[in-house]
Amino acid sequence: MPVVMDADRIGRTLTRIAHEIVERNKGTDDLALVGVRTRGVPIARRIARTLREITGHEVPTGSLDITLYRDDLMRHAVGPQPLVRRTDIQFSIDDRKILLVDDVLYTGRTTRAALDALIDYGRPKAIQLIVLVDRGHRELPIKADYVGKNLPTAPEESVQVRLIEVDGEDEVVLETGDGA
Amino acid sequence: MNTTSQEIDQKQAVTALRRKDLLGIAELSAQEIELVLDTAEAMKEVGTRPIKKVPALRGKTVINLFYEPSTRTRTSFEIAEKRLSADTLNIAIGTSSVVKGETLADTALNLEAMSPDMIVLRHASSGACHFLSRVCRSAIINAGDGMHEHPTQALLDAFTIRERKKRLAGLKIAIIGDLLHSRVLRSNIHLLTKLGANVWVCGPPTLIPTDIRRFGVTPTSVVDDAVRDADVIMLLRIQLERMEGAYFPSLREYFRVFGMTESRMLLARPDVMIMHPGPMNRGVEIASEVADGPYSVILDQVANGVAVRMAVLYLLAGGAEHEEAA
Repeated sequence: MPVVMDADRIGRTLTRIAHEIVERNKGTDDLALVGVRTRGVPIARRIARTLREITGHEVPTGSLDITLYRDDLMRHAVGPQPLVRRTDIQFSIDDRKILLVDDVLYTGRTTRAALDALIDYGRPKAIQLIVLVDRGHRELPIKADYVGKNLPTAPEESVQVRLIEVDGEDEVVLETGDGA
Repeated sequence: MNTTSQEIDQKQAVTALRRKDLLGIAELSAQEIELVLDTAEAMKEVGTRPIKKVPALRGKTVINLFYEPSTRTRTSFEIAEKRLSADTLNIAIGTSSVVKGETLADTALNLEAMSPDMIVLRHASSGACHFLSRVCRSAIINAGDGMHEHPTQALLDAFTIRERKKRLAGLKIAIIGDLLHSRVLRSNIHLLTKLGANVWVCGPPTLIPTDIRRFGVTPTSVVDDAVRDADVIMLLRIQLERMEGAYFPSLREYFRVFGMTESRMLLARPDVMIMHPGPMNRGVEIASEVADGPYSVILDQVANGVAVRMAVLYLLAGGAEHEEAA
């Protein structure tokens, strides 16, 4: 399985994204980060840390579980329900610019669910999307504002993002369809 | 995104609730109970949002069929269903065809002809939910059947204890009151012993089932023994409507011997939790100072009931999964 991003590359990429955020938003006023569970959450925390180093300002960070908003819930007559975990957003999202963070952008369906979930918490001024890897094959009209790496893939391949906080190591690997 | 869904798939292989109905706690494993409690934590957060509604059960129809009076349980189920976006309807038995003599099976089959997905049943006869689960395709959720079980009450009690104490294993839990007629007791005994709590049960000798030790609990009629060093005291209602015989001389005497008063409570641990499934008979099983006092979590129990019922509805909506089981 080819490693498409190693730990150094992931670190540099997130630093670059943090700088892009500051440039595009002219600072960090009104910004908040919301990571999509599971791996969007540690990525959001790392970006928050880098933003603090760059600007000296703390950007509020939360985590979002989108399970209850998935469009494939109840699509099958029978089948086990996906595990629901806690959403934890300790700040008002009203009139804030929300930076939504996920590890991989693929069909766009998770992002669609995350947008619906976020809007149930209030009315943000804007929502911008940050992804570590964009692997293509969108099924919905969704586009990321900040992309760590554009990675052309075949549909049968799978992109595995591993992060120290969850998996004990930092790397992104591309797995072929049958080998995984 | 594909990584996340794959990871969820792996987790649910270990922890999904693979059943059609929730009939009682007796048939649940400790892992299934933990899954419901963990899911309820996520559901509780939904109740704190400005928009207290998620689309998870959109398009599902749930019928609340209550053959016995209920305020808390029926309202709690209905709020839980609405917060998950299910379509709900309540059948009040007083205004239904039951008063014309229709049987439970006929009522259920007629309701089922209108294709609901779930039926929440409360009934005065023990085993009514098991019976209905054999007759119906819909998922059946037991909201209390006679003197048998009241599983969602036990789950919300466990959720409330776990929220405060962070664990159930090793806690001394004293359950005091009418042990003979209580479905809440039966569900709680199954649940608390499965999760490793040290359960004491206490009541007048006439209200203690003779074989209760079989369930791994310590029975006593000496209330001070039950209360001493308890982490949790759970009072059960004296069920005046189920008392055909004379189980004890008078309500006043019951209160004097078994009622939970502030002085009696001092025997328990300093961080004791006082619980009651409701409705309370103040001055019978519990003194008002205790019910309204700082150790009482009785209203937390009610609040948590909604989250726990959301978790049960959500998890059962996946179905029994017989095809994939192999």
